[in-house]
Amino acid sequence: MENIHSHLGHSANGLLQEIRQQTAVNIQACYQCGKCSAGCPLAGEMDFPPSLLMRMIQVNKPETDEKVLGAYSMWVCLTCNTCSSRCPMEIDIPRVMDHLREKSFTLGKTNKKASPIIDFHKAFLKSIEVNGRLHELGLIVYYKMLTFRLMQDVMLAPGMLLRGKLHLFPERIRQRKQLAAIFKRTYKRRKEQEV
Amino acid sequence: MNIGFYPGCSMQGSSPEYNESVQAICSALGISLIEVSDWNCCGATAAHNLNRELSLALPARILAHAAADGLEEVLVPCAACYNRLKMVQHEIGADRKLQDSISEILDEPYQGNARILSILDFLERDVEPLLAEKIMKPLKQKIACYYGCLLVRPQNILDAKRHEDPQSMDHIMQLLGAEAIDWAFKTECCGAGLSVSKTGVVAELSGRILDDAAHRGAKAIIVACPMCHSNLDMRRKAIEQHRNKDFDLPVMYITQAIGLALGIDPVKLGLKRHFVPVNLEL
Amino acid sequence: MARIGVFVCHCGENISATVECDKVAQAAAGFPGVVHSIDYKYMCSDPGQNMIREAIREKNLTGVVVASCSPRMHEPTFRQACSEAGLNPFLCEMANLREHCSWVHEKGEATTKKAIDLVRMMVEKVKRNQPLYPIRVPVTKTALVVGGGIAGIQAALDIANGGNKVIMVEREPSIGGHMSQLSETFPTLDCSQCILTPRMVEVAQHPNITLYTYAELIGLDGFIGNFKAKIRKKAKSVDEKICTGCALCTTKCPQKKIPSEFNEGLGKRTAIYVPFPQAVPNKPVIDKDHCTYYKTGKCKICEKVCPAQAIRFDQPDEIVEVAVGAVVIATGFTIHQTGFFPEYGYGRYPDVLTGLQFERLASASGPTLGEIRRPSDGKIPETIVFISCAGSRDPAKGIEYCSKICCMYIAKHAMLYQHKVHHGKSYVFYMDIRAGGKMYEEFVRRAITEDQVNYVRGRVSKIYERDGKLIVKGVDTLMGAEAVEIEADMVVLATAGIANPGAEELAQTLHVSYDGHHFFSEAHPKLRPVETNTAGIFLAGACQALKDIPESVAQASGAAGKVNILFSKSELTREPLIAVVNRSAPPEYSTCVGCFLCQPACPYQAIEKEEIKDRSGKVIKTVARVNPGLCQGCGTCVAFCRSKSIDIQGYTHEQVLAEVMAVLEND
Ligand SMILES: Cc1cc2nc3c(=O)[nH]c(=O)nc-3n(C[C@H](O)[C@H](O)[C@H](O)COP(=O)(O)OP(=O)(O)OC[C@H]3O[C@@H](n4cnc5c(N)ncnc54)[C@H](O)[C@@H]3O)c2cc1C
Ligand code: SF4
Ligand code: SF4
Repeated sequence: MENIHSHLGHSANGLLQEIRQQTAVNIQACYQCGKCSAGCPLAGEMDFPPSLLMRMIQVNKPETDEKVLGAYSMWVCLTCNTCSSRCPMEIDIPRVMDHLREKSFTLGKTNKKASPIIDFHKAFLKSIEVNGRLHELGLIVYYKMLTFRLMQDVMLAPGMLLRGKLHLFPERIRQRKQLAAIFKRTYKRRKEQEV
Repeated sequence: MNIGFYPGCSMQGSSPEYNESVQAICSALGISLIEVSDWNCCGATAAHNLNRELSLALPARILAHAAADGLEEVLVPCAACYNRLKMVQHEIGADRKLQDSISEILDEPYQGNARILSILDFLERDVEPLLAEKIMKPLKQKIACYYGCLLVRPQNILDAKRHEDPQSMDHIMQLLGAEAIDWAFKTECCGAGLSVSKTGVVAELSGRILDDAAHRGAKAIIVACPMCHSNLDMRRKAIEQHRNKDFDLPVMYITQAIGLALGIDPVKLGLKRHFVPVNLEL
Repeated sequence: MARIGVFVCHCGENISATVECDKVAQAAAGFPGVVHSIDYKYMCSDPGQNMIREAIREKNLTGVVVASCSPRMHEPTFRQACSEAGLNPFLCEMANLREHCSWVHEKGEATTKKAIDLVRMMVEKVKRNQPLYPIRVPVTKTALVVGGGIAGIQAALDIANGGNKVIMVEREPSIGGHMSQLSETFPTLDCSQCILTPRMVEVAQHPNITLYTYAELIGLDGFIGNFKAKIRKKAKSVDEKICTGCALCTTKCPQKKIPSEFNEGLGKRTAIYVPFPQAVPNKPVIDKDHCTYYKTGKCKICEKVCPAQAIRFDQPDEIVEVAVGAVVIATGFTIHQTGFFPEYGYGRYPDVLTGLQFERLASASGPTLGEIRRPSDGKIPETIVFISCAGSRDPAKGIEYCSKICCMYIAKHAMLYQHKVHHGKSYVFYMDIRAGGKMYEEFVRRAITEDQVNYVRGRVSKIYERDGKLIVKGVDTLMGAEAVEIEADMVVLATAGIANPGAEELAQTLHVSYDGHHFFSEAHPKLRPVETNTAGIFLAGACQALKDIPESVAQASGAAGKVNILFSKSELTREPLIAVVNRSAPPEYSTCVGCFLCQPACPYQAIEKEEIKDRSGKVIKTVARVNPGLCQGCGTCVAFCRSKSIDIQGYTHEQVLAEVMAVLEND
């Protein structure tokens, strides 16, 4: 009996409500047609294809919410918007993915398999924080330091250099201080929200 | 004609040929582009994956600079930057509270009214009408126009026409004398931002695109996005290994194709920078 | 002196839960003119009505206010009760304490106060009510049936067999509607044409039915029992009386490549054509848009070959006006075409079909003589995919409602396919299977268990063509949203059923209401499903909402029954709530100054000019007069009259002002 009762949760502050409040996406509208999963180019890579993820959030139980936050799906999602462009209920799944990524990252619940992807994003942001613009070489070097994937893509580098696609020195913007301040303010807000 | 211009990091970094070809055709057609002053990176996928506020603030700073420069329109040739800027305009523009919050982060009021033009908006409106007279070398080839995701989705916000089967590049290529094939992967995803961290996925997704285009007899793929280009061109070896199949299928920016038809020197169009050589019989 | 009775109803707990009814009754007892005031649990019950009747008799009441629900439901009840006690029914009014008060407010002092105010207003109004008497009008015992699908046919036959006349107007050259296009019908798989054509013939031969095909309704005036309909009979360019229906002309016409509407574009027809062999009437028409002669001035081959010399190139459109007493709307529905679906190829793959196109392929009278063959290359499909909810239940792009008929016809299609192509494989992508109906669920189960149709629960995201195959990218949501990719030879989309183009315009012509999807609105979703809000106009079939054949026929018979009831009397009574222009003693005769601003304002052309003459016949004054037969009581003229000479009986200026002042003065 207990199991039957506990299938659908009644959590009042689960992901379901939180997403509704913060992103205005109403996941309850999903009727599990699966069109999103059928079109998603990354569904095969995901542990839970988009429609299943929507269902898990609908179930609205702390245990499933935990599973959702620890999922790999949102990290391979490319925000290609194929799902939402065809969703009959106009559910903005990529927006939900954004929310899940940020939340899982802030709470340190990210899926282990996602580490290289997250490290890449981190390295990317670092590069912009320092220079204001992306410096590919710097990005790659920093990324390799984070992941120890030392050999990957090394074969591409000479070709890129030869073709003028890799620059040894970064291009920088003038108002770097102002930009750094923008980064700081968003970090600070993040901290405040956590508390 | 004066139009604002936001190159973005890719055009300055790994895809200089896109920038070169945009500049080359604009000067050939007498269109001058004014670069947004001291522009920064739009934050791309990274910001938008890890830090929502940053993903709004970075593009907002670009828009602010465009406004300060007095630019009413800004051409954003990189599809990824274009998509981010449009999305941010849409999200912030519709939400007063968000406007205030972003202004606080920027430490200046949000000013996001510049009209953001994609390369396709720009070509369709400003270049297409001039083409007919200026074509010197028609491109008599079967080509596949590949639009990817970022120029067409979300279709409502980007106001994309026929988002499952867009036509604007096809029209231009037909004007240039080419035969644009009807194919199935025009708007499928190439793997985009995963190219470094999950190369295998990109090999699979981009591989399907190359495969369909080749199968239908295309002799080249025409793109309008640096990410699509680097996945289909720079990552070609990885794709070929993954699919165990070689593709003789160069990938050109639409601006390079226009440049060729206008008779511009291929070197000036950056065509020598490709990994897959472009040897189209012209 | 007014002697008013107030009767406050609890409506069970509907009112009393938030309004203190006893307090309302007490307060009302103190209003000037009120001599009797009580509250009771159910005023509409027999004991409740008795209280009203007794009070009228015992206290000699001159007016009654029942403070209860909306007058929509129970006004007739209470007025009847009053009239039984000898009080003119129009001296009874209702204060709406339920919809206007208890249901929309929380319990509290203010709520009760509002209820008291509502009663106060009605008391002031009823004091100024005048006895009124119903208007009697004659009934024209001819019905107009618009649309000749199965619903229109059934309604027409039932009315005609009831002994009344029918005029049927059908837009197309033949009656029959969608049912004539169907192959077999669920849930019995009997041949559609075999059961339909006898009825079509019966319509044509029935002495009580006049059939106008290739015709449309262009105007309707008047009111229940007394409508005037204007019909345009489009020129058929063929003299129907002379034409023998030999169809020689249709074999000689040089325009042979016009996509046939009847075959949903899968077959071709000529410019002079009969839509299908069993058409009723079975006489050709010339489609002017495609005829060589009408386009270029040369050809006239049909005229040369016609043995009866029935071709009339100079035939004009004809407008006929008919008097009818009732109208049945039966204009049916249409479906989305494949071009509506971006993700399924914008209609550019010839082997992606609609359900109706599949019906034509499966039909023995269709372009392939009943063999399922691909339009692209004529091959028999080895693998076929059916997609349900294409556009239905899709608020993003299509419609949010369920089209209701598709689940059943898809099961039918898959079955027919399996019966015809034994080795073939069929798949149905579905979200839910809606098979509520007699023998419906059993029918679907048979498709799955006996005919081996593969049902996959999931929606298809994309279809594209590759090497002559259609790649269908779907998903199985019952397998954890696992991808399902099928290389199909043919795909059938169960595209959404939608209102006919032009339904909105027709609704405006008929002055009936329609919903957001342009389906005609019934007067009450449960209790008056075949009436419209306009008296004398009824609904039948899919024009009201998507329906299958049994339901369409049932509603049509219902509508016909209503018409026959209406026609069973020779006179109708109407409520006298109509406009009147005041009259006074000479030398003024009326405050009307004869400006006639009201005349163009009246949507029902009910304002006439009346000349007031002296004894010698000389015209002294021309004033407005309202024709009580035509006036619908809308009140537009009242708003237009500058000298305030027009009033709606039962809602006079004086009455409405008294209501308003009752609240204002009390505040
Ligand atoms: C693919 C498909 C398969 C189906 N299979 C089945 C089945 O197996 N069994 C079943 O029970 N039901 C089936 N149906 C449903 C069935 O077709 C409908 O229930 C039925 O046709 C409804 O009849 P109707 O008379 O209301 O409308 P219609 O058949 O649409 O007839 C309306 C008529 O009105 C005419 N008309 C329209 N506008 C005007 C106008 N302004 N003036 C004059 N005339 C006008 C039209 O020309 C038409 O003749 C199927 C439907 C589809 C789409
Ligand atoms: S497409 Fe939309 S409605 Fe369908 S399963 Fe995905 S999110 Fe839910
Ligand atoms: S946006 Fe993400 S979830 Fe949606 S289809 Fe693209 S990759 Fe899949």
